[in-house]
Amino acid sequence: MEHTHNRVVSAIVENKPGVLHSVSNLFRRRNFNIESITVGPTETKDLARITITVNADEKTLDQVVKQLDKLVDVVGVAELEPDSIVTRELALVKVNVPSVEERSDIISCVQVFRGRVVDVSPESLMVEITGTPDKIDAFLNLMRTFGIIELARTGITALSRGARAVSLEE
Amino acid sequence: MTKTSGAKALIQSLKNQKVDTIFGILGGAILPVYDALCGDQNIRHIIARHEQCAAHAAEGYARASGRPGVCMATSGPGATNLVTGIANAYMDSSPVVALTGQVPSTGTNTSYMIGRDAFQEADIIGITTPITKFNCQPRAVTEIPKMVNTAFYIATTGRPGPVLIDLPKNIQAETAEVEITNQIDARGYNLVTQPDLAQISIAVDLLSKAEKPIILAGGGVIIANASDELVKLSDFLMAPVATTFMGKGAFPEIHPLSLGSIGMHGNPAANRLISEADVLLAVGTRFSDRATANLNTFAAEAKKIHIDIDPAEIGKNIDVNIAIVGDAKKTLSIIYAAVAKKLQKNRGLAWAKRVKEAKEKLSPLIQDTPKDVVPKTLLSELRKLLPENAIVTTEVGQNQMWSALYFQALKPRTFISSGGLGTMGFGFPAALGAKVACPDRAVVDIAGDGSFIMTEQELACSIMENIPVTVIVLNNSVLGMVAQWQRLLYGKRYMAVHLGKTPDFVKLAEAFGAQGFRVGSIPEFHNAVKQALKSKVTTVIDVPIGSEEDVVPFVPPGCGLPQQRGDY
Ligand SMILES: Cc1ncc(C[n+]2csc(CCOP(=O)(O)OP(=O)(O)O)c2C)c(N)n1
Repeated sequence: MEHTHNRVVSAIVENKPGVLHSVSNLFRRRNFNIESITVGPTETKDLARITITVNADEKTLDQVVKQLDKLVDVVGVAELEPDSIVTRELALVKVNVPSVEERSDIISCVQVFRGRVVDVSPESLMVEITGTPDKIDAFLNLMRTFGIIELARTGITALSRGARAVSLEE
Repeated sequence: MTKTSGAKALIQSLKNQKVDTIFGILGGAILPVYDALCGDQNIRHIIARHEQCAAHAAEGYARASGRPGVCMATSGPGATNLVTGIANAYMDSSPVVALTGQVPSTGTNTSYMIGRDAFQEADIIGITTPITKFNCQPRAVTEIPKMVNTAFYIATTGRPGPVLIDLPKNIQAETAEVEITNQIDARGYNLVTQPDLAQISIAVDLLSKAEKPIILAGGGVIIANASDELVKLSDFLMAPVATTFMGKGAFPEIHPLSLGSIGMHGNPAANRLISEADVLLAVGTRFSDRATANLNTFAAEAKKIHIDIDPAEIGKNIDVNIAIVGDAKKTLSIIYAAVAKKLQKNRGLAWAKRVKEAKEKLSPLIQDTPKDVVPKTLLSELRKLLPENAIVTTEVGQNQMWSALYFQALKPRTFISSGGLGTMGFGFPAALGAKVACPDRAVVDIAGDGSFIMTEQELACSIMENIPVTVIVLNNSVLGMVAQWQRLLYGKRYMAVHLGKTPDFVKLAEAFGAQGFRVGSIPEFHNAVKQALKSKVTTVIDVPIGSEEDVVPFVPPGCGLPQQRGDY
């Protein structure tokens, strides 16, 4: 078995009903492993971008891209090269605040990680944090010592550096 | 511009696509379309007796003629009954366009009915997403013409496949100013037909140095109408041609370089020689597990060249040395031109000798005049009785594998069988579809008793619609192929395979108004086939055979092609 890595695949798709179904169904049917999937509009009104993180070896990744490309509603698709990729994820974390001292401990952690406190209650804080998944993992590890009440992560979204884009012809 | 209903716009658009036949069954949710068809002189509607058969018939029509086949059903159960047929067309890359009725997208009680579990609502778009090349549902009457064009374009180009259009009833009924255009709308559909010349030149290099070249032709060669190009290249290279099961007919099986098909029940010579070859040129095949058997020993000595029109087939099942994405016909003719420029004809005499010797030693065909009523004899006799251009379909199981081994296909599109899905019951409705497409040719379904029972009700369709075909039931009173597995792999522990002597297929045929014969000898078989070919109604020929007959050779699951077992 070849080594598997997390790879990011970016697909430009028709922005219409059913497209997300055919994409996710393809992953289920072909037994590809989705680590995360995010969907949002693009700069073009009738196109959306689906950013998928898959855990795959070279061969599987090749199939992921080719099979996605075969879907008629997928207009363009490519792997984002690991050395020229910018990835971001956003997390909202509701942290337990046992005491006043700990509240200030939490807030200094948030500052170090360049997060923001977006909601405050007597027993909790809600923190917004953005960054690479690694950075978010590290922050969450710290927060676990206080106790995480609730967590929502968006999953990865990504673009490649430079002027190149996942074009319609690809 | 005058206003047209969605249903009329649909029919107009179908005519624009040169549709002349629809196989279908109506129901409430597709009534406006049937109303628009009422009295139409140009489109023949054929009532199938089960929607599965409408889809299989559309596929038979498509595979015999090369033109897309069209089937139609109502919403809910009508649509879900199509599913097996659509899945079959998907696996065998057949251009089938399925039209389904759907509950209205707007209704009296609500502004949006779809999704509210209305009567006979089924999410056929969701259900068929993994088994169609494309599916769609119009939201407005005006979308219909473009959608139909797009559906046909996608179904028939590149690697063909089934497409489904789901038509909400209100969209069929509503009227609007509709322009019947030739436009399509598929910017995400990319089609590569022109092969990469750099890859071709590497392939040509490899082929010119080959001492033991072999060609493996898949169904793609038939779909691309590339048989002539294949024969030319094979002749020039003196490369023997094996086919996959789906490729049967791509290369004339009486040609001295024909090896028949490879696979689990492949021709022994083909299975043997593909293991000896030093260069394998595979065209239009997806390297299905039934064809290659264990990949570790598949063509293990050979450098591999893979030509396919579907980029996703490259590297999916097998790693190859050279991959060429392109149309088989174009690619083969470019390769031929390059090879012919570079090489002398008729090299590799040692290999030619080996091919001849292997064919003689390992041929499953019998030479002498046989008397026994066994599949081998029946099918090689059948070849002699049928004209060259007769179309043969098969059911699934032993009957199918015997047909592959003993019935020689001489021309492309004359051997039509359910390869990828292995759908029992496919052969008979597919035969009806083929006969509708090619009314002047003889069409024969080679059947097993178990399979024929699955779709035998279409005898009614064949009689009512005047579609005379011949069904030869190799009647072993068992689900033979499964019984063979239980015999060879489960220590003869037979479970749920005995079907008994019911029905009486002669009486069954007669009950439908068809002609029935039971034959017990080879002369009787000759006679029955001759009468069937002359008959104006469908003929069922019941041929009782032993129930413990095996298909050999047999490559047991997990083994490689060189490990074939059998008494050849
Ligand atoms: C719809 C369907 N159900 C079940 C099977 C599994 N199956 C494969 S071959 C076979 C037996 C076929 O029996 P018959 O049609 O009598 O042909 P024979 O093998 O005896 O020639 C069965 C049950 C199948 N291929 N298709």
